[in-house]
Amino acid sequence: MAAVRRLSRSSSAAPLRRLLFLRPFSSSFSADDQRVLTVETSLPFIGHKIDPPSRSVDTTPNELFSFFRDMSLMRRMEIAADSLYKAKLIRGFCHLYDGQEAVAVGMEAAITKRDAIITAYRDHCIYLGRGGSLVEAFAELMGRRAGCSRGKGGSMHFYKKDAGFYGGHGIVGAQVPLGCGVAFAQKYSKDENVTFAMYGDGAANQGQLFEALNISALWDLPVILVCENNHYGMGTAEWRAAKSPAYYKRGDYVPGLKILEMDTYRYHGHSMSDPGSTYRTRDEISGVRQERDPIERIRKLILSYELATAAELKDIEKEVRKAVDEAIAQAKESPMPDPSELFTNVYVKGFGVEAFGADRKEVKALLP
Amino acid sequence: MALRGLGRRISIGKRCFSSASEVEKPPRDGKPINLFSAINQALHIALETDPRAYVFGEDVGFGGVFRCTTGLTDRFGRNRVFNTPLCEQGIAGFAIGLAAMGNRAIAEIQFADYIYPAFDQIVNEAAKFRYRSGNQFNCGGLTIRSPYGAVGHGGHYHSQSPEAFFCHVPGLKVVIPRSPQQAKGLLLACIRDPNPVVFFEPKWLYRLAVEEVPEHDYMLPLSQAEVTRQGSDITLVGWGAQLSVLEHACDEAAKDGISCELIDLRTLIPWDKETVEASVRKTGRLLVSHEAPVTGGFGAEISASIAECCFLRHGLQLEAPVARICGLDTPFPLVYEPFYMPTKNKVLDAIKTTVNY
Repeated sequence: MAAVRRLSRSSSAAPLRRLLFLRPFSSSFSADDQRVLTVETSLPFIGHKIDPPSRSVDTTPNELFSFFRDMSLMRRMEIAADSLYKAKLIRGFCHLYDGQEAVAVGMEAAITKRDAIITAYRDHCIYLGRGGSLVEAFAELMGRRAGCSRGKGGSMHFYKKDAGFYGGHGIVGAQVPLGCGVAFAQKYSKDENVTFAMYGDGAANQGQLFEALNISALWDLPVILVCENNHYGMGTAEWRAAKSPAYYKRGDYVPGLKILEMDTYRYHGHSMSDPGSTYRTRDEISGVRQERDPIERIRKLILSYELATAAELKDIEKEVRKAVDEAIAQAKESPMPDPSELFTNVYVKGFGVEAFGADRKEVKALLP
Repeated sequence: MALRGLGRRISIGKRCFSSASEVEKPPRDGKPINLFSAINQALHIALETDPRAYVFGEDVGFGGVFRCTTGLTDRFGRNRVFNTPLCEQGIAGFAIGLAAMGNRAIAEIQFADYIYPAFDQIVNEAAKFRYRSGNQFNCGGLTIRSPYGAVGHGGHYHSQSPEAFFCHVPGLKVVIPRSPQQAKGLLLACIRDPNPVVFFEPKWLYRLAVEEVPEHDYMLPLSQAEVTRQGSDITLVGWGAQLSVLEHACDEAAKDGISCELIDLRTLIPWDKETVEASVRKTGRLLVSHEAPVTGGFGAEISASIAECCFLRHGLQLEAPVARICGLDTPFPLVYEPFYMPTKNKVLDAIKTTVNY
């Protein structure tokens, strides 16, 4: 409940994000600009067994710029990942988040790094939002040693322990009961933090989601179950998969909130193996891109308040592009993990592990 | 890549067939098609010949992620071919109930890696339904199809081979085809078999394996292994995509003068012990190979059974310990897949070690 109250407070109370600007702006904006801007969301919030927050939201220029830069960074990273995948530098499965950046960025604006986030496999941008570095992200995607999971997880398994990011999960819906467990631990240690257990509209029909809802309500856990509804579970539209796609109401006795940004859209297919056009039309995709793209919305806001010129915003995007390119170059230099790493961390190290090596020799680790 | 010549190899292999029984005469006509097309043909025939057959699963409507179900919705309608929500446990339970009412429920689990939420339903409901109701009820019309196995870049959750878990359950049948022509016949046999069957399709072969497959309706017998290559020095047993790896190893071994007999198990439970036994009696040596991790894999069962019956009997005995060349005992890795897999060279090395024991 605490986090819901936090979300409904004006966002200017959230800590200001520090920005790195290469050149000063010529417009009316300066980094000391503390004025509060009031924006009305294009759709009101809808509550289920809860009073929804007001659709008038306060923000500051700094915050808008941070949103713009962060979302552009995420967008650029995902597009770069797309190219790397096609160049076969990223193998395996790669699920891209472009179009959904607002969810990650908006959530981070309302919470702290002491809160926990757990999500499914579309996790690159959540990782970035939690403070993950571009180099570690690209290195992990390419399976290199410098990756955040040491190259052993890949696209679907990004983690960041010091920022409370519990990953990165391949099996649909499996992360939600895990999130409840994390929340229980938080409640038990009385540290006043909460857990955001994220899942998609596809996962909303998994049995374990209902189990998680019941457990979290029964034990009053500080968990917020976040459904990122991009309207397609792989290739199945939500209205084909769910009797009631009003996922915020699924909790029944659990209060729910329908938030504009969570009603989101992914431009890419489900994964890089999915063209994304066999179950939806290209017109639909380009329509959403024109009307509901989150980066464009922020751009329009910034321009309408005359905080920067269009050219200055383009400069931010160029800076972002450069940062991504540099990160990719650095990640490419990282070597593949050592072959011995195939056997590490199956169990706790040195706990009597026995495995067959590639040359048919038994590899035994002795008990200490 | 070892599998590149698979299509060619399989059509050559077909002419060398000498199977254990006369019942099985591989049909000789047909167009060359790949594995997913063969499966697709089988499904079309199944739905055509039985008005109470249904195909359902995640995303099957538009043809499925591997195109095995293309054209079915258009031909048979949304009432018989439909998408399910993302809920494997629900899919399995629903399929069991549908089968219990006398229908042929052909459920798809999108990747075998996702079959575990359905595991309870399959083990505790499907396998035991006939037994616990004293034969009043059964879900024999149930067939669960699922793509399994490594694909070169699948990682932890798109590469698993869970067949061993299901082989441990009396009441179920587990069937794995090695090629398009086998897949069509075996799948039709599974669908029409009056027992619940789990049918694992080697996903690596969906596009890669091309073979001449007859267009008509035909079935291949279950619980019958097939000797795909005659030999005298050592018996190799495998299933699914691994057969091709074993074939390549046999070819290499032949250059060293080792004559290998290769058996495709096809049905894992109930497995054709007689064929394997007869072969080992002849050669005196056995090697089993599968992608799943070696500890507790189905190779362990074959190994123990053969050691039991062929250890020493009537002057014929096992000349060497049974070799198992399988996946390593680690989670299916990401970048380490080439190290993890039971490759041709590992098999060849074991063949030589076993023959020279």
